[in-house]
Amino acid sequence: MDYEAIGLKAGIEIHQQLDTAEKLFCHCPTRLRDISERDGEFFRYLRATESELGEIDRAAQEEMKQVRRFSYYAYDTTCLVENDEEPPAPLNPEALMVCLTIAKMMGATPIEQVHVMRKLVIDGSNTSGFQRTALIALNGRIPAGARIETLCLEEEAAQRIHDSTFSLDRLGIPLVEITTAPDMRTPEQVKEVAAYIGMLLRSTGRVKRGIGTIRQDVNISIAGGARVEIKGVQELDLIDEVVRREVVRQQQLLLIRDELSARGAVADPAPIPVGDLFKETKSAILKKAPCILAIRLRGFAGLVGREIQPGRRLGSEMSDYAKKCGVGGIFHTDELPAYGVTEEEVSRLRTLSGADDADCVVIVAGSRQKAECAVLQVVRRAQYALDGVPEETRKMLEGGSTAYMRPLPGAARMYPETDVLPVTVTRECRDSLVVPELLTDKTGRFSATYGFDEQLARQLAYSDRLPLFERAVAEGVKPMLAARTLLATLRELKRDGVDTGALGDDCLLSVLGKVESGDLAKEAIPDVLREVASGTGVEAAVERIAPPITSDELVSIIRAILTEREEFVRERGMGALGPLMGVVMEEVRGRVDGRQISEILKNELASML
Amino acid sequence: MCCTYAGTELTGTYITSRGDHAVVKLENGYNIGVPAASIVCTGAAPAVTPAVSPVEQNPDLPGVAIISTGGTIASRIDYRTGAVTSQFSADDILRAIPGLAEIASFRAHQLATILSENMHSGLWQDIARCIYDEIRRGAEGVIVTHGTDTMSFSAAAVSFMLETPVPVIFVGSQRSADRPSSDNVMNALCSAQAAISNLGEVAVVMHASTSDDCCWIHRGTRVRKMHTSRRNAFRSIGMSPIGTVEYPSLEVSLGPAAVLRGSTEPALMDRLDDRVGLLSFYPGMDASVISAYEGFHGLVISGTGLGHVSADSIRTLSGLIRDGTNVVMTSQCLNGRVCDRVYDTGRDLLAAGVIEGEDMLPEAALMKLMWVLGTTDDPDEVTRLMQTNLRGELGRCSPHGL
Repeated sequence: MDYEAIGLKAGIEIHQQLDTAEKLFCHCPTRLRDISERDGEFFRYLRATESELGEIDRAAQEEMKQVRRFSYYAYDTTCLVENDEEPPAPLNPEALMVCLTIAKMMGATPIEQVHVMRKLVIDGSNTSGFQRTALIALNGRIPAGARIETLCLEEEAAQRIHDSTFSLDRLGIPLVEITTAPDMRTPEQVKEVAAYIGMLLRSTGRVKRGIGTIRQDVNISIAGGARVEIKGVQELDLIDEVVRREVVRQQQLLLIRDELSARGAVADPAPIPVGDLFKETKSAILKKAPCILAIRLRGFAGLVGREIQPGRRLGSEMSDYAKKCGVGGIFHTDELPAYGVTEEEVSRLRTLSGADDADCVVIVAGSRQKAECAVLQVVRRAQYALDGVPEETRKMLEGGSTAYMRPLPGAARMYPETDVLPVTVTRECRDSLVVPELLTDKTGRFSATYGFDEQLARQLAYSDRLPLFERAVAEGVKPMLAARTLLATLRELKRDGVDTGALGDDCLLSVLGKVESGDLAKEAIPDVLREVASGTGVEAAVERIAPPITSDELVSIIRAILTEREEFVRERGMGALGPLMGVVMEEVRGRVDGRQISEILKNELASML
Repeated sequence: MCCTYAGTELTGTYITSRGDHAVVKLENGYNIGVPAASIVCTGAAPAVTPAVSPVEQNPDLPGVAIISTGGTIASRIDYRTGAVTSQFSADDILRAIPGLAEIASFRAHQLATILSENMHSGLWQDIARCIYDEIRRGAEGVIVTHGTDTMSFSAAAVSFMLETPVPVIFVGSQRSADRPSSDNVMNALCSAQAAISNLGEVAVVMHASTSDDCCWIHRGTRVRKMHTSRRNAFRSIGMSPIGTVEYPSLEVSLGPAAVLRGSTEPALMDRLDDRVGLLSFYPGMDASVISAYEGFHGLVISGTGLGHVSADSIRTLSGLIRDGTNVVMTSQCLNGRVCDRVYDTGRDLLAAGVIEGEDMLPEAALMKLMWVLGTTDDPDEVTRLMQTNLRGELGRCSPHGL
């Protein structure tokens, strides 16, 4: 597809959790918990409040269509700030420093006086009903070819456990939000920029790792379409596919618009009660519904059921809008008869709502209040279809298609967080920040300095054990030994079911140190680590697995072996070295370094011959 | 206005200045502080007139008076200073809490817009008079919106100044009204329902737990704010709450201790003597602290344990009492009864003429002493009244619970 020609414009927002000791606005640890460890639960209702201008934000209004009760799990690692029962602590200076470092790496200009804002979020993910966020820096640039518009420091939201239940352990973890300008023109470029920013963030060594610790939102529009924000792309590998599918969706919506326009289509806003039609229906949902309303969409026939993205139809979009009112979804005549609704019922429905073959009839079922709300939402979405693509916030579905979440938020959702004083960022503070080496540069350096092949160098630079590797090398461990142990050996042990997570940095360093000082043969590393991982101390493990052998002992072991195999030695001469090496190694089982064995064996062989 | 910052031209709205920085609201909604010298005014910001919807009332519903004094329940952000201030009128409260208009028809009075630490005896009297007038005019209940910090002082003051046949409900909120999670809506709705209930006394209605599930109804002379910030900071001390209001059903249940509607005729006794102090004793306290109350008509002491102060302090107190100050002993323990007959210190205090405050809360005793001294200056009568239960502030038997 020629993305240039269709006017693709994309920007991304990257949210990355920071690995600070404390949360952004309280002194709780930034540790995630298992929900079985919760020690408290409470529930609240949230309601949209007016902004200072007396407006209610449109996105907040949409979430307020139903009054929702939200439950929260609390832990012994969360406090009253997460409960929204204590004013926030001052902005975490550690998080600010990490954020300013990232800004410096991107060449962005810090804001001299940082003001914390409240961003209205009433989907329940924030107990307060807002997310605290501060603009930290502006106007950066990265080599991957995108301008960085803003860097913000935000508090992470609570983790949704199911429906309206949230876990407070995640709430308040510092997040850096990086927003690029809409500079990307192809799906591949989006992926490239996201990958670069991810690499840059990891280079700081101060960000959290693992699933869910980084999330990308993508802003996409095409010529004639509209800006759509897709939230929560967690896998980088899917990001280009998400862009491709959104382009397709917008193109399809534009085609539908053109066709609707050619047909002179109208979304008739008058709902028709059709409950009587379904008194004896086989559809369980319709049969038990207290209220069923129909809406006639004139000229929409065939288009509501048309696919606009893999697995998504215009009808899916209408259904998403309707669900905001608490109904389970919609039925429409493009997909009926089905779901227990018979051909005869459909034909009576068409008659009752005055629809002809060119029209599509949509029905919603639920309580009167929910059905009335839902039917208006369907009309709203149908009217948007006449105009093309609505501006929306959408969420990613498995595979890369998306579903409607809410309208794009307006500026009415931001107001000052008055409980946190502004923070002044001085020039001295900015100048004192050390810019860390990029992981890509580190990869190059490892190749050049240590002679690692590119794959190993890269693996090491991106590994969790990178800081340990650098420490080990600084303490005199040979780079290749450190790299092999920390990557290959640990990976193999893990594959064998060893709990490598139990191997602390100090243990690993101590084992490597013993190898380096000749107290342990490198061949014994896997067995020693296996023992250490099961809870034994390093010294005890070495003693048990590979008690050191003095060179005198080694010499006598080797002499005994040679004497036993004298005939073979005489027959092969120095050529016996190779086969005998294996015999000796077997005998000492990694308690002595191979080189030392080889040296002594060579000498002893020579003297025997 | 616009300014050049970070190499680009930024446009936004000037909000205020902070030190050397101008606070500017950018178009994306963020506020930032930039050097004041870097901004250039390009025109006046468009005037903002907040959309104000009219408050519609249903005259068929019970009539309830709502008296607003300020506090968090009515707080709003001042966008110039960024501080939270009380700027709501009673009408604003009705507008902010739509469900209220479905419970009762309200008549609103705005007596003050203060934070409750600025409350004083003159305002307590204004509140009592306003409530009394409303009851005489036929109000079926009265709600007083109040900052939570000193709500228990005001509730106790009004309890003594007023005899009421209808519910007089003090209500506030712990989290500001401008946040979606504020407790103001639930507290206000529960207080309105309590105000038309079968209750007939002065009470405080606030969250019972951290969840939005229930409000407690506390007796005005037995309630205390026991946490700086939690929603359920208010607790009845020395007794159980007198009732509950479930949420969202708004079902009111009154306990056996509650005084019921119509138990008395309305009466106003609004004289207060504000030459009365409250002093918390601590070990090693310089006796001159007590001397500072010379000339006061009354002093409530929050003593240690059973109601003690140091031997030094007793000598000074003794002189104070001789010179005409009425001294009442209460306990820092808050729970339990003062008893100055167990240890020598206590007996010395009694000998000096200190009045045992029984199981009264220190703040309730303070309000009571102000009111008693407003009524009489006869020391024997003061002692008798201070030791007589007037508004449920003092119990004959101490309950088991803590």
